[in-house]
This record gives sequence, C-alpha cells and structure tokens, in this order.
Amino acid sequence: MTHIPEFHAAKWDEPIIMEMGRPGGRGQHFPPPEKEIVSKVGSGLIPVSMARHDRPELPEITEFEAQRHYLHLSQMTLGMMGISLFGTCTMKYNSKTAEYATLRPELAEVHPYQHPDTLQGVLEIIHDFDGILRSLSGMDQFIFQAGGGADAAYSMACLARAYWKDRGLLGQRTEMVTSVQAHPCNPATAAAAGFKVVNLPLEESGYPSLDALKAAVSERTALIMINNPDDMGIYNPQIKEWVRVAKGAGALCFYDHANFNGVMGKLSARELGFDACMFMLHKTFGAPKAGGGPAVGAFGCSDELAAYLPTPVVVKSGDKYILDEDRPKSAGKIREYWGNIPQVVKAYAWARAMGAEGIKLAADISVVANNYMDKRLSEIPGIEISNPDINVRRMEMTRWSLGPIAAETGVGTGDFANRMADYGIDPWWMSHEPWIVAEPFTPEAGELWSKEDIDIWIDVIAKICDEARTDPNMVKSAPHNQPIAQVKGDAFEDSKKWAMTWRAWKRKHGGPDAGQDTI
Amino acid sequence: MESDARAHPWMANSAPGVLEAMLVEIGAVSVAEVFQQIPEDHFRKTPLDLPPALTSEIDLRRDLVSKLKKNKSCEDYLSFLGAGVWQHHVPAVVDEIVGRTEFTTNVWGSYQSDHGRNQAWFEFSSQLGALLNLDVVQLPVYSWGCAIGHSMRMASRITGRTKVLVPALSDPERLSVIETYCKPVEMEGHIEIVSVNADPTSGRFDLKDLAKKLGDDVAAVYFENPAYLGTIETGAADIARMARAAGAETIVGVDPCSLGVIIAPGDYCADIVTGPVQPLGVHMHCGGGAGGFIASRDEERYVHAYNGFLVSVVETQKPKQLGFGLACPHQNSYGMRENGNDWTGNSTYLWAIAGAVYMSLLGPEGFRELGNLIVSRARYAAKLLDEIPGLKIVWPDTTFKEFVVNFDHTGKSVAEINDALRARGIFGGKDISSENSALGQSALYCVTEIHTADDIRLLVDTLKVVVQ
Repeated sequence: MTHIPEFHAAKWDEPIIMEMGRPGGRGQHFPPPEKEIVSKVGSGLIPVSMARHDRPELPEITEFEAQRHYLHLSQMTLGMMGISLFGTCTMKYNSKTAEYATLRPELAEVHPYQHPDTLQGVLEIIHDFDGILRSLSGMDQFIFQAGGGADAAYSMACLARAYWKDRGLLGQRTEMVTSVQAHPCNPATAAAAGFKVVNLPLEESGYPSLDALKAAVSERTALIMINNPDDMGIYNPQIKEWVRVAKGAGALCFYDHANFNGVMGKLSARELGFDACMFMLHKTFGAPKAGGGPAVGAFGCSDELAAYLPTPVVVKSGDKYILDEDRPKSAGKIREYWGNIPQVVKAYAWARAMGAEGIKLAADISVVANNYMDKRLSEIPGIEISNPDINVRRMEMTRWSLGPIAAETGVGTGDFANRMADYGIDPWWMSHEPWIVAEPFTPEAGELWSKEDIDIWIDVIAKICDEARTDPNMVKSAPHNQPIAQVKGDAFEDSKKWAMTWRAWKRKHGGPDAGQDTI
Repeated sequence: MESDARAHPWMANSAPGVLEAMLVEIGAVSVAEVFQQIPEDHFRKTPLDLPPALTSEIDLRRDLVSKLKKNKSCEDYLSFLGAGVWQHHVPAVVDEIVGRTEFTTNVWGSYQSDHGRNQAWFEFSSQLGALLNLDVVQLPVYSWGCAIGHSMRMASRITGRTKVLVPALSDPERLSVIETYCKPVEMEGHIEIVSVNADPTSGRFDLKDLAKKLGDDVAAVYFENPAYLGTIETGAADIARMARAAGAETIVGVDPCSLGVIIAPGDYCADIVTGPVQPLGVHMHCGGGAGGFIASRDEERYVHAYNGFLVSVVETQKPKQLGFGLACPHQNSYGMRENGNDWTGNSTYLWAIAGAVYMSLLGPEGFRELGNLIVSRARYAAKLLDEIPGLKIVWPDTTFKEFVVNFDHTGKSVAEINDALRARGIFGGKDISSENSALGQSALYCVTEIHTADDIRLLVDTLKVVVQ
C-alpha cells in the first residue's frame, strides 16, 4: 500500500454574510451623478408609486471583508484540489492560459449584438472549433447555444419537433425511445419538449436488446436518444443495428456523447449512422465545470437537420465570419444569444493543445487506466463490479457496487463518500437514478490523474473498507475533519424547516425581525 | 509511445513507460486489447483532420490572444448596447473569487466537502431574496428567457391552465426562448402565448386589453419591470391584482440592479419573479454571462413546482452549527427522470457566486447609489438626444437604464447611423426597426453607471454629425 497523505480541511466558522458588518459599512462607492446631470434631470426620477422605500437587508461590510469571506468559502470547498475520480464527469485539468485569455476585455467586455465585423476573432475561433468537432464526429454543423449537456439533449428534442412539424407528422411522431440507463436528461428533456418517453430495460448483456428496440420503435417514434458506452463501462456492440432499426422506422437518432472520453478519435457518430450528437465541452473538452456551469453542450447534426437548428449559426462567408439568422425552419432559440462563449474558447484551447494524436492518446490512457483501476479494485474484498458475469474489459469508467460490504457492515456508498473527504479525496459519483446495482459508485480516471493518484485513491477505498469492518460507526458518522459535521437532512423535505434564504430562516427560527410578507 | 515523444503537460500517464506498466499490470499485450468491446467495423475510417497540436503554452497563448485581438470590445469602443446583456462595472474582487480554482473545478461532493460553495450559493439566494423581498430563490437557470419559460411551466402546473399572457413589446430573443419552452400546439401540454397590447402613449400594459384577455383559462400574466424597451411598469400592482382576481399567477421579470431604487416585486404581489443574473457582477462575455433566477414566496405550491436546485440552510449534528443542502431533491429530473419538473443539469451556478460577492460588496447603500446613478445618467442621455433635430425619445419619462430613440425624421436608417457611429468608435443602440413597425426606425439605447457625462456628450456630439 502506498502512503496515504494526511489531510485536514480548512475550517473558518464563517458567519452567514447577512450577519456580518456594521450599520453604514461600505464595500463599494459609486460616484454621484455629475452636477450638469443633476441640474438637467433633477432627482426623484422613479415614479413615486414605484420607488423603493425600504432598505434591502443586505450586509454592510468592507471590500476586504467581502474578499476574505469568499476566499474562506473557497478554501472550504474541496473542488478537485485533492484527487477526484468522479465518474461520468471526466475530471480534467482546466487550462489557466485559456482561462486568462477569456478574461481579457477582447472577450469578457464584448456584447453579442455588436456588428459581426467587430467580432471576427471570436467568430473565427467558434468556426475553427466547429471544424474540429465536425472531424471528431462526422457531423456537418455544430452550434453552442445549449448551456449544458441536458440543454443539448433539449435542443435535440426541439429540433425533432421542428423536423416532424415540417413534415406534418408531429401529431403522429410523439414518442422518444431511450434506455433506462441513459442519463436522466434524455428522458426529462424529451418529456419537457412534449414527447412520450419509452424506456428500454437492460438485459443480461448490460444493454437493452435489439429485439426490445425493434418492439419499441414504430411510426410513432420521433427519435431515439442513446449513449454508448454507458456508465457501466459497457459498449453496445449492436449500436449500428440499433441505428439501422430506428431509422428504418423513420426515427431520428441522437448520440449522447457524454461518455466520449474513451472513444475520442476512435469512433465517428456519423459513420455509425447517427443524425446528431452532443459533446460536453465542460467535461470532455477541458473547460471548467464551475460547480454546475456555465457549461456548454455542443450540438452537431447532419446537413439534413441543419435547417432546423436554433439560430444564430456561425458560418464563413467569403473571408468573413457571420452569424446566420436566416433559418426559416429553425426550431427556435433554446437560450438567448450564441452560448457560453468563454467555455467554447477554452474547449477550443484544449483541442488545440491536445491535437489529433493527443486526443487519441488521452482515450488510450483513459481506458487503460480504468482497466488498471478495475484490476486493483477487484482485489478489495467486499466490493464487486457491476454485471460481474460480463467478462470484458470495460471502457473509460466502470460502475462498481459496495453491495457485499454494505451487507456485511451496514456501511454504504453515501457513508464512503462522506469518509473519502477526510482523506482529501472528492466524494465519488454514485450513480444516476435508477440505481441498478446496490450501493453503487462510479470511478473514472481519465487522462489527467497519474498512476500514483489512482493508487492513492484505491488505497483510500481499501482503507475505508477496513474501517467499515473495524469501526463502522466512525465511518457512518464521517466526515470528521471537514468544515462541518453531517447535516440534519429532515429539513430538506419539511416546509416548516427548510429555508432557502436567510429571511426564511429567521422567520422560521424566531429571529428578531422575522415575518414573511403575507398577502 | 515512441521513445522520442514528449509527455504531454496535461497527461501524467503519457510519461514514458507508464502506459506500458499499466498494460503489464492488467495482463494486456497492447492498447488495442482494452478496446476489445468495440467491433472492428465500428472504428472510424475517416482519419482525424485537426489543426496541428499547440502543446507549448507559449504557442497556445499566442493563438488564442492573436485571434481574440481581432475583436473590438466595449472598452475599445463606447457602447450603448443593452437589451438583455448590459455593460456594468464588475468589481475586481468578484473576478478574483469566481476565478478561484476550488470554485471553477468543483463538481459535486458531499454537503461537507462542498460546504464553502454551498454557503456562497445560499448567500446568493439570501441576498437576492432581500432585494426582491421574497423568501425562496432558486439557483439560476441558463438564462433569463429560460427562467421565464420555466416560470410559465410552473404556473401551468400550479393552476392546471394552459395560456399565458405576455407584453406585445417583448424582447424577440427572450420570446423565442419562451415559445420553445411552451411547446408547439401539436404537443401534449402545449401552452398558448397571447400578447397583451401596449399603451402606445406610454409603452406600458394596456390594462383594458389585459382585462379582455384575462379569463379563467389563463395560467399566468407576465410582464417586466423595467420592460424590454426600458419603461417602468407603473401599473404593476394593478396587473397583479387583476391576475389574482382571475386565478392566474403574476410572473414578473426584474433587473436586479434597479432594486435599490425601484420597489421590490414582492411588495406589489408578484407571485413568481425572474430576472437576469448578469447585472450582478458578471461580465458580458459575448452573451456567455447569461443566467436567470426564479424566486417566489415560501409556499409549498411554489416550492414543489421548481425545476432546479433549492439550497436550504439546515442544522448539523453539531450544536449551533449550520450547513447547507438541497431542499426537495426528489422533484427534479435527476431523481425523477421524465417525471420530474421540466429538467435540470449543469446551469450557471458560478454566476450565483459572482452575484453573492457583488451584492455583499454593494450593500443597501451601494444598490441605492447605483440605481440613482444609472437612472440619472440614462435620463440625461435621453434628454440630450431628444434635443438633437430629427431624433425623438419614445416614452421619455419613465425609463430606468434603457430607452427607445426614434430616427424617422433624420431620413436615415438605424443601420446607416450605427455604421457611421461605429466608424467613429461608438456602438449605437440595438436596432429594433425590424421588431415593431409602429416604432419606425428606432434603436434601444442603454446607459449604465459606466457611462460618464463626458461619454454621453461624446455620443450626442457624434450623433449630431452623423444624422446631418
């Protein structure tokens, strides 16, 4: 066993910001309006009935106090500063040079309604990156409007609506077919767009059967949305037949490339027959995740579907880059403007820094490292791989189960996650709903983490297994060296206790000036 | 790996021999063997065609910066563009905090290991709640338009009705997003969007038209304050009263930077409040600073209708210690898949942290000063522009930071005028001539705290030359 480094999280006992400061304290001044302005327009410019008379209950603190408070909060956030093998999210290094480039005023202080002649630099980057994604996928056009992977799935659902409406068949093509193992965003966005969701169950092979698909698709199917490999690390070898069957029924086929890391440069969505696909730039392409966005779901499709894309689309016209708004059959906008452009620039930077060979090497490393991790995890008593009867090498991540050790000790995956933080290891990803294996966890090594990091991570898991056997209550009451103890979760479902603002907390817990305005 | 290849700076296991060592450990003879699940005929046939790798930071930086420098920014030019993305001052401390690597790399840990981030999120909701005078604020969704779309779907779920009323003078960009959220007529759960006329003399809601359209089939009435074209909706309380009488929800969109001087929407009985987060310390980022909040009173019928993340403060196992976590987690799509409220996923949560820092820096006096400065400078600009022959300010008296300038009597189009301004280093207001024929050749100008009296006079002097 390698040496497990000692760790203790920062703890500052930081008050809620609403409780900080002093009457009259200031963190920012604004200049008063210039004299000529006051003499020209006077004061009292807001109509009386619409003017604010109460003082918003905000903190009154100095600039330094705000800085110090939020620095402390950042220090009380683990945020991948230890080791994070967080499966399904493909943890990567987020280039600082890309971060700093996007903070330059040439991007940060740019307005999307500026004349395109003044936007040629950013449009060139978007256009070049579109070309990179086209090569990786075989698709004909990418857009970046979607604010995350789920929003890209929603883009697909909206595009399918426009496609079938254009054919006068939207009243008939009402179903979306997917796997029960697909990310929740696929069924959820399709349902939000108005489609009925048909979920295919998994078979012994680890994926839904071709026969189940054949039985599910019909003249009612608008589209299928599928990922491959799935989060178990299992690749569906019948995916080409799937696409053939679905297209035979007239359905559109969308490849959710959430798990692209192990197949980057190896597969082409278009060559497999798909009409459209999605890449998550905030995971596979090295843009930061930022605790939940701003993110980008890059959405690509064939020329046939490109007519239905949300606008604008960045295209090159002669030697200029322009924003093409002229798509009369467009599905409409799924979000304002053209997307989280700084994240697109960071993803472009990642692709440029990696190059074709680097991207293929990263896929190799991801899959080899995951197999190395599988080998070592399989040697730890009490944990078992998902689908143990499927004896193939998994892709870039594998779903594991703590079922046996949980049965033996009563310590489950949530307890492990809490305890991991005591070692400076980010709590692992368990599983999306539904949980198909007992007490699941899903590690993913990717290309960032060293073999030494992976070894430490596995040693920590082995150590927690030992702890579960020798001192289960210690594990179940973990963490023990984090900024706070376990929270009392009953309040989250109790309207008398939950408090989404400090106002609400004071009202419910008898603070001095409590009281929700009632109407 | 070839022996002369260099390890990549972002891939530890690309160092010589590491991959081979792992292959030995797993008993594989080659890298190809670990891809054994993929059938041979699935591997791509077309070779990858990517530009050459820039593995040195020097080369990468040069490529990025040289391309970005082809842009002209609103620091290079004097800009009066707004309409959903606005140039505001971003305090340097905000940039430092949102750039903290712990926040930028964060994904999803435990309530303990994410404690600092969760507290920052809660402080975003708490401070925004103080500005809105509302008790529940959800973490922001992708954009303001998306927040409105979700709010309308919330209202439809709450009331069981399927029609929403919106202002005729809506931002076409936001409206397009809203239409997407309300689904086509062929789909189950379609929500019909009906426009309420504007009073042509004020730009505000035509209350007679509202009364006519407000039936028992209306789920919600939506309006903005200030409105898309800049006017303050002085009939806000009347609209909310009429909506309530009809059993409909009142959804309002507000600009948070106005709330130091404009009445909180909670005080005129708005039921669901939305707005952009970009004015709260987020750069324009070419539109990538977008984010939209949703807020309401703390009543179960609203709380159980939200689609995303509601961060609640709670007690911990240690006496007197507070922590944070997600309230009502089982109603969103992570837990409920297609049966959840709409859907959620990665959103714009870093901007919640930006907003928390921004609001804490301003405090009550900062918001008051900011609001007063913006409205004073914007009114000043409007007055001076109105004095230029051929120019006319439409609805001059109840604007906040934006206003409509009509150029019909100059004999020139807005496009021509904006081209001429651009040649002189100024981005004129957004051309809205194609959005509403009744407004003729008009542009939506935006003036904020970053525009000085000198800037405004430069615009005026330049426009005088340009429209001649």
